[in-house]
Amino acid sequence: MRAALALLLLAPPAAAQDDRRTGYDDMTPELQAMQDDPVGNPGLFWVLDGEAMYSAAPDTGAESCAGCHGDGETAMSGVAARYPAWDEALDRPVDLAGRIDLCRVRHQGLPPLERESDALLSLTAYVTNQSRGLPIAPDPDPRLDGWREQGEDLFTTRMGQLNLSCAQCHDDLAGGHLAAALIPQGHPTGYPLYRLEWETMGSLDRRFGNCMFGVRAEPFGAGSAEYVALELYLKARAAGLAIEAPAIRP
Amino acid sequence: MAALLNVPETAAPGEIVEIKVLIQHPMETGFRTAQGGGLVPRNIIHTVSCHYMGEEVFSAELFPAVAANPYLAFTLVAEESGEVEVRWTDEAGEEFSQSAPITVG
Repeated sequence: MRAALALLLLAPPAAAQDDRRTGYDDMTPELQAMQDDPVGNPGLFWVLDGEAMYSAAPDTGAESCAGCHGDGETAMSGVAARYPAWDEALDRPVDLAGRIDLCRVRHQGLPPLERESDALLSLTAYVTNQSRGLPIAPDPDPRLDGWREQGEDLFTTRMGQLNLSCAQCHDDLAGGHLAAALIPQGHPTGYPLYRLEWETMGSLDRRFGNCMFGVRAEPFGAGSAEYVALELYLKARAAGLAIEAPAIRP
Repeated sequence: MAALLNVPETAAPGEIVEIKVLIQHPMETGFRTAQGGGLVPRNIIHTVSCHYMGEEVFSAELFPAVAANPYLAFTLVAEESGEVEVRWTDEAGEEFSQSAPITVG
């Protein structure tokens, strides 16, 4: 009896059916068509700008991104799918935008870019676009595990004047509505993405800031360690879903 | 100032083809408050036109209510091979253009 119970507990969940939905699945067919249109997706402007920046040598005399990494389409394929990753010098994980900015500062002698600047969004969008269609594959580095747990803690911690956690909406009430807006499951497959409401490109950190502002909490700030931890958790939660950047969202 | 212009590569003579253009532009309305007070100056595209076989085949006036990165789709009748050129003028009156070839036959 006891052995049978132990076996039952060890057995994988019956017919692991994936009921995860991305924002893309819940968009109108018109918006899906806009995202899939190779000449109708406004996020592509950032990708094209990023492509130009990737191969342009900086004024400092250093190599361009392409000079060290090689052709972006091959060198950057799959990179966005595994980020955030560990940075040895900082002794903490960094997200993709953070990595690009650090690379510019350390190896190209350039001043850091602002987190929501078009320049950093363009480079991030270009690099992420090289992983389009690839499944999210979190970095197995064991040093990231603690950060993922911290991210899960943040995800389930009530915060702000409304005293709501991320999980209360995006786990428990996903698929329902908040006024007219559909509550998504919160899988970060499309960032950086073009939001029609923003009328521009935005990062995942901007989205985090929006949500925290919505529950009347003080946002942690773009590029903060807390956001990296949250992204690590969300990417693990969305593991296997395809990268779709630059996505369109209403 | 870039634009993504979608013109069918080939068309039959007399065929009605759809031209789609997405122009990179902030379309700043002039009504938004800037950080530190004051208004962000208006910066919009005023006119968009399409030229084919040496004549204007489509034109539009845009206003502040049009969202950033305006997208326009319209049709024309393909008669001769040539360039389909889309031109637009911005707030300062500067004209930009982008063109794509179409082969009819």
